[in-house]
Amino acid sequence: MMASSYNAKEEDGHHSGASSGTGVSKNKKPDNTAFKQQRLPAWQPILTAGSVLPAFFVIGLIFIPIGIGLYVTSNNIKEFEIDYTGVSSDSPCYNCAKNFTWNTTEPCVCTVNFTLHQPFESNVFMYYGLSNFYQNHRRYVKSRDDRQLNGDLSALTDPSKECEPYRKSGDVSIAPCGAIANSLFNDTLVLYYVDSNNSISEIPLVKKGIAWWTDKHVKFRNPAGNGNLTLAFKDTAKPVNWAKPVYELDPLDPENNGFINEDFIVWMRTAALPTFRKLYRIIQKKSGATPTLPNGNYMLNITYNYPVLSFDGRKRLILSTISWMGGKNPFLGIAYITVGSICFCLGVVLLIIHHKYDNRNTSADIPS
Amino acid sequence: MARHSEEDAGMAKAPPAARQRKKKPKENKTRTVHANILHDCAKGEENPNRHYANNKIKTTKYTVLSFLPKNLFEQFHRFANVYFVFIALLNFVPVVNAFQPELALAPVVFILSVTAIKDLWEDYRRHRSDKEINHMDCLVYSRAERRYVEKYWKEVRVGDFIRLRCNELLPADVLLLSSSDPDRLCHIETATLDGETNLKQRQVVRSFYDLDCEFDPLKYNSIIECEKPNNDLNRFRGYIIHRSGRRDALYKENLLLRGCTIRNTEEAVGIVIYAGHETKAMLNNNGPRYKRSKLERQMNVDVFWCVIILLVMCLFAAVGHGLWMFQYGDNRPVFDVLSPEGTNLSPIMSAIYLFLTMIIVFQVLIPISLFVSIEIVKICQVYFIHQDMDLYDEETDSHLQCRALNITEDLGQMQYIFSDKTGTLTENKMVFRRCTVAGVEYSHDANARRLAMYQEMDSEEEECMSHGGTLPRRDSVTSHQSARVVLRSQSTKSHRRTGSRAEAKRASILSKHTAFSSPMEKDITPDPKLLDKVNDCSSQMDFMRFHSQPMSQLPSDLSDIIDFFIALTICNTVVVSSPNQPRHKVTLTCSGQKHQFGQTSVRSKRDHLWTGLHNDVLPQLHSRLPLKSPVKTIEDFIKRFTPSLEQVFSPIPPSYDGKASWNLEEGELRYEAESPDEAALVYAARAYKCSLVGRLPDQVIVELPHLGKLSFELLHTLGFDSTRKRMSVVVRHPLTDQITVYTKGADSVIMDLIKPPDTGKRQKKIVCRTQHYLNLYAADGLRTLCIAKKILSKEEYACWLQRHLAAETAIQGREELLFESALRLETNLHLLGATGIEDRLQDGVPETIASLRKAGLQIWVLTGDKQETAVNIAYACKLLDPEEELLTLNTFNTNFSPFDIYSSSSPSSQSTPFLVHRLGLVIDGRTLAYALDKSLEDKFLAVARSCRSVLCCRSTPLQKSMVVKLVRNKLKVMTLAIGDGANDVSMIQVADVGVGISGQEGMQAVMASDFALPRFRYLQKLLLVHGHWCYSRLANMILYFFYKNAMFVALIFWYQFYCGFSGSAMIDQWYLIFFNLMFSAFPQLITGTLDKDVSAETLQQLPQLYVNGQNSEEYKPYMFWMNMIDAFYQSLVCFFIPYFAYADSDVDLFTWGTPITTLALFTILLHLGTETKTWTWMNWMSIAFSIALFFTVALCYNASCPACYSPSNPYWTMQRLLQEPLFYLLCFITPIAALLPRFFYRACQGTLFPSPVQLGRQLDKLPADIRRNILSLSRVKVGSPLCPKLPFLSLAKLWSWLDAHFLLVAGSGNIEVCF
Repeated sequence: MMASSYNAKEEDGHHSGASSGTGVSKNKKPDNTAFKQQRLPAWQPILTAGSVLPAFFVIGLIFIPIGIGLYVTSNNIKEFEIDYTGVSSDSPCYNCAKNFTWNTTEPCVCTVNFTLHQPFESNVFMYYGLSNFYQNHRRYVKSRDDRQLNGDLSALTDPSKECEPYRKSGDVSIAPCGAIANSLFNDTLVLYYVDSNNSISEIPLVKKGIAWWTDKHVKFRNPAGNGNLTLAFKDTAKPVNWAKPVYELDPLDPENNGFINEDFIVWMRTAALPTFRKLYRIIQKKSGATPTLPNGNYMLNITYNYPVLSFDGRKRLILSTISWMGGKNPFLGIAYITVGSICFCLGVVLLIIHHKYDNRNTSADIPS
Repeated sequence: MARHSEEDAGMAKAPPAARQRKKKPKENKTRTVHANILHDCAKGEENPNRHYANNKIKTTKYTVLSFLPKNLFEQFHRFANVYFVFIALLNFVPVVNAFQPELALAPVVFILSVTAIKDLWEDYRRHRSDKEINHMDCLVYSRAERRYVEKYWKEVRVGDFIRLRCNELLPADVLLLSSSDPDRLCHIETATLDGETNLKQRQVVRSFYDLDCEFDPLKYNSIIECEKPNNDLNRFRGYIIHRSGRRDALYKENLLLRGCTIRNTEEAVGIVIYAGHETKAMLNNNGPRYKRSKLERQMNVDVFWCVIILLVMCLFAAVGHGLWMFQYGDNRPVFDVLSPEGTNLSPIMSAIYLFLTMIIVFQVLIPISLFVSIEIVKICQVYFIHQDMDLYDEETDSHLQCRALNITEDLGQMQYIFSDKTGTLTENKMVFRRCTVAGVEYSHDANARRLAMYQEMDSEEEECMSHGGTLPRRDSVTSHQSARVVLRSQSTKSHRRTGSRAEAKRASILSKHTAFSSPMEKDITPDPKLLDKVNDCSSQMDFMRFHSQPMSQLPSDLSDIIDFFIALTICNTVVVSSPNQPRHKVTLTCSGQKHQFGQTSVRSKRDHLWTGLHNDVLPQLHSRLPLKSPVKTIEDFIKRFTPSLEQVFSPIPPSYDGKASWNLEEGELRYEAESPDEAALVYAARAYKCSLVGRLPDQVIVELPHLGKLSFELLHTLGFDSTRKRMSVVVRHPLTDQITVYTKGADSVIMDLIKPPDTGKRQKKIVCRTQHYLNLYAADGLRTLCIAKKILSKEEYACWLQRHLAAETAIQGREELLFESALRLETNLHLLGATGIEDRLQDGVPETIASLRKAGLQIWVLTGDKQETAVNIAYACKLLDPEEELLTLNTFNTNFSPFDIYSSSSPSSQSTPFLVHRLGLVIDGRTLAYALDKSLEDKFLAVARSCRSVLCCRSTPLQKSMVVKLVRNKLKVMTLAIGDGANDVSMIQVADVGVGISGQEGMQAVMASDFALPRFRYLQKLLLVHGHWCYSRLANMILYFFYKNAMFVALIFWYQFYCGFSGSAMIDQWYLIFFNLMFSAFPQLITGTLDKDVSAETLQQLPQLYVNGQNSEEYKPYMFWMNMIDAFYQSLVCFFIPYFAYADSDVDLFTWGTPITTLALFTILLHLGTETKTWTWMNWMSIAFSIALFFTVALCYNASCPACYSPSNPYWTMQRLLQEPLFYLLCFITPIAALLPRFFYRACQGTLFPSPVQLGRQLDKLPADIRRNILSLSRVKVGSPLCPKLPFLSLAKLWSWLDAHFLLVAGSGNIEVCF
């Protein structure tokens, strides 16, 4: 910095000394351009009651109908929710919940009965819901190795440090490593329809398509092993809490086994909030006019493997249809209606202010 | 003779004594220079000059190797950088890390590298120019080849002999040993050093003065001892010690400084004394100062608050985390993962670690890009100020220079302006107006009429120019011709100072080196009465000389007149030049042309051809003794003043010769003066046919009517200095042969030095009457100077000379001794007369002052001028109002404190505040000295504050800076000092913003300033428009930055409540880190650079709007908190709308976080939108670009790698979100809901209690004619002196008044009628 001024001067001096014979000095006059003179054409809004008033009314008028639309849509969605944690003693799963820990090997089965008062017409999505489960905990979220899950062989035997302390079991590396995989939700839910003459029929649950397509086909991949998963995973250990190794998650369907098991993939997508639901199965709409789930009594058969009581968690089963905007959630509709109405009210207030105080600006508002 | 030798012995004793005293420190205080050629063989080791810097300059800060460490080291001086690096490094600690450590380094590295690249580029430019300079050629003597060979500058070493040719740049500081000039002079132009364009004379060292033949370096065997390198351009002292043991003193007159240009001298040889970085020019190069603006200081406070908020948030989260852990007890839930080591952390330890983690996560709250953005915006602002056409001065082809890049916004917050008067408010272009000689006043009415005519023509010409007409080119620029053309005289560079634009152009071609000579100065109509007297007098003198009568018989009033004009002519440092040879004033050039007015010196053996008109001088000059002036030794004195030689001077050539030649050359001489009043006086004397024809170091040639050319032997020149406030010359009068001292100076000092009036009744009367006229002149606003003389007897002179010579040769304390010596000489003067010189106000000064004052600025004028002059100028420029009461504080008695008055009258003044504001305070330098005393300064300020304007006259530069410092520190206000001269430098440096007028008095003020203006009136636009804009832009940008970061960080903070305070973030770490740097960076830069709240026209027409910045209306402390609250509200909306919209759904962490990021971006941009006042296409583009950039980056990022970017692994997230209607619905409602309160508040505020700035904006929108009417109305109303201190009150009144009237008419449709 300091010298540049000096140099400039000196150059200047030299220059003038050398070129003074010509006597033509460069004109330093600034260009008269709109940009350089800061005269770019501009829109200059002035925020006064008068000028913003239309905006408020317009927003109000747009938002309220949208809100009503959303609210109606949300209300048309049918949703049924049942808590099967077994906290209270009269709950069918009370015993399972009470006695079950991660170390229990013997599965505990309980059955919950419920009644649907309205038929579910279209595809029904069956979720399990967990509450008070902090899947978004910082260390929990990090505790995975995406390269391992993507079938990277080196990561399979040497998982990322992020998986600690669920990285190795003894000397053998864990696959899938990390706390997320370790805490995989492993209750099995089976739904039965009890019709009027008390005959029980199992409802077919589809377990394909519950994960994101990209997850299933791009992100998650089994390690290469000539199609034999057992061989591919032979040098790895199962996660501590798991009853069976990863290649036995769905032994019947090789397309749903190992890392590309959809239940596993769904679980690995960590929930944003401590109360969340995850898609478990889909009940597909039957052809014809019969509803997917007619109203009536149902029986939920639970293989109770997943302890939540220790952290005061809750487990739920949710049956829901969905619309174009997702599951049942009246909030957005209400929000639109509220914001719209507030805008409208403020618009009225501004109108009053405008009429009382803002007369001066009538001319100012006319764009000149 | 015996007496002389005694003196001689005394003289001889003195220096050794002095030397002995200084022997000790000499070792380290001086430098010894030997000639290199003596040591050529002994390369390296034995060369005595080897320790001195060579001439290679390196102004670069870095080398290739040292760049990285050094630059980083410098950057870490900024605390913020250390903070961010600390946080980035914290990330490498596994227990606390929040992000991927490498990623967390990215922003810091980015910021550091941006700065580093900037530094690198600057350094490269310096390197380039260094290289260019280092590779310039010069001639250096080579022993091997026994001739001068071309070498690069960088190869020049201390002790080298270099030969310099005309128009060459000096490569180093060189001691002049030989010059081709017959008088052993060398002329240099120092414009690159101090901006003064007049030529300066340098002399060959005395010992080499008498060399007859060409200087031969091989014969040189002396040793030079001189000072260590220092940066004082005007000081150089040392000795040259010859083989014979003789010592000769060296002066600054012997030194040629690096960077100067050799002019008018065919060839010069010198030895290099200081080279490279040790040259005075390089040592004088101080970089721009780093000032911190008020806004930045305020900002730093809020940065500090941000740190506190950050710590509170972290602490809150840490405690929350501890509690959250605690509630689970020993029973760890599956999602609470153990630490990597597998150990189970206790809640307390966990909380402590979390605290650190949260600092990392929330680091964005301290805006990392803020500092960089502010710098970028300021650079852009400086660019726009530079480009402003209104701040461009066409005549001098110069525009405003911003020398300090980081205080542009301070321009909008000024409260006090301290202005110099001369050259700042006035043109500093002196016009001789009146004079009084021997107590008789000569009013020069014709001169006044002519000046009036000038002004008329001036405006006429301006009109003509504005119609695009070009003036016919004139072939010659003589003073008579240029009389008709006129000048608006707004030039800054002296060589273009000759008049109108057309002429300025011509002049710049013709004569680059004419200082201070405008047609106005030159063209003076003499007062007929005085002219008659002069003629009368000189013819009598001629007669007397012819009859060999002693001159003392001349009537004293007549002799006073002639002495008066002689004093005007010779008591100065004016250099004469001729425009016919513009480039070589003394045209002894290679072509063999001869010195125009020069003379063959007796020692010059060369055969000189003399050009025509000076033949008459020759005989006399030929006979001139080979004496050097000033008298340097006692031997000199004896030689000069032995009677036998006196006759040489007495015969004067016949007068008719002189008369004839006088007509010829009259129009051709140009005078170059260091100060404009000198030139004015010389031109005035010329109008009375008493013209300065030539000046040499040892004599002045004056041409008088009838008497012809007279050569005054110049014995001493005691230069002007600001303490003595006078200058004197000691000459030997050729007619009377007396040693005469002519003194010219400020009347206050001269009057005190006049011989006590009891000596003669006549003198007493003269003094009395002169004083009377001086008061009259001052009342007219003229600058007054008194002229006096003194005749010394030889004995007196010898006595004085002895001590003076001792003073001159002293190395230590030479200045003080010379000063004392001057004081001894300048006593018992005989008053000749006084002159009144007009210093015209610059264009637009009264208007500028009026409008700055309306803008709420307090204007103080601090001047060195005398009180009456200052008061009159103050009235002329509307600083003082005739209706005001003047409170004048003058001290005559040291025991009297002027503030006793105030303390007794203060109760009454407080009860009537209105009266107080109509006071004007005038204080003089002596009183100011008391006022600035610790015990009185508070009282002084109290008085000064209650006055509308303050005028400090007769103040020294130090006092000026003390006043500024006092006001600045005590009142805690923003101060601006504006001045043009060296005496304003200290004031300019002390003030918050220093403004230099790149005007008539050199460049010192400009060098010291933060902003350099060509004219005073540009201050109006600089402050009112650019200052206002810069301030409001930056203030809004800083507030916005705080808001933006807080809003973004708060999103994560809210999330902590839903993730067990674990420090988890739903926003992908890439977005989190690059949000500030990329996605939201551009629009705010554009707005910060281009936003205009009110148009330039309105800002200038309604100066009241400036108060906005003075009161820091745009950025008050509460605004920071309001912004924080708003940020927290908006983040709540942006967080909870998606929260509820996705509550209890199967959304995953980052698929939920990405919409939140998007919403935050939209909200932040929309927020900026509501704060943007002018939307140009650039604003639209930048916002569109930001959004596009975000989505592009997000889409690319989310599609790039399916198994990377742990932990978020956002593969295909954005793509999926874009397919969801819910995402769009959120994007629609959230920003609107978030901005609703702010938008509503802005609308209400704009209507219910609009700020003046908002009113100004509304005014902008009105049709032009209505606007004009309103503005003219406001000028009448607000400008009234009733309440100048409260412009707002009146503005508010104005508006309410307008409400009532304007609307009424607006409704009826014919507005004009109303006004």
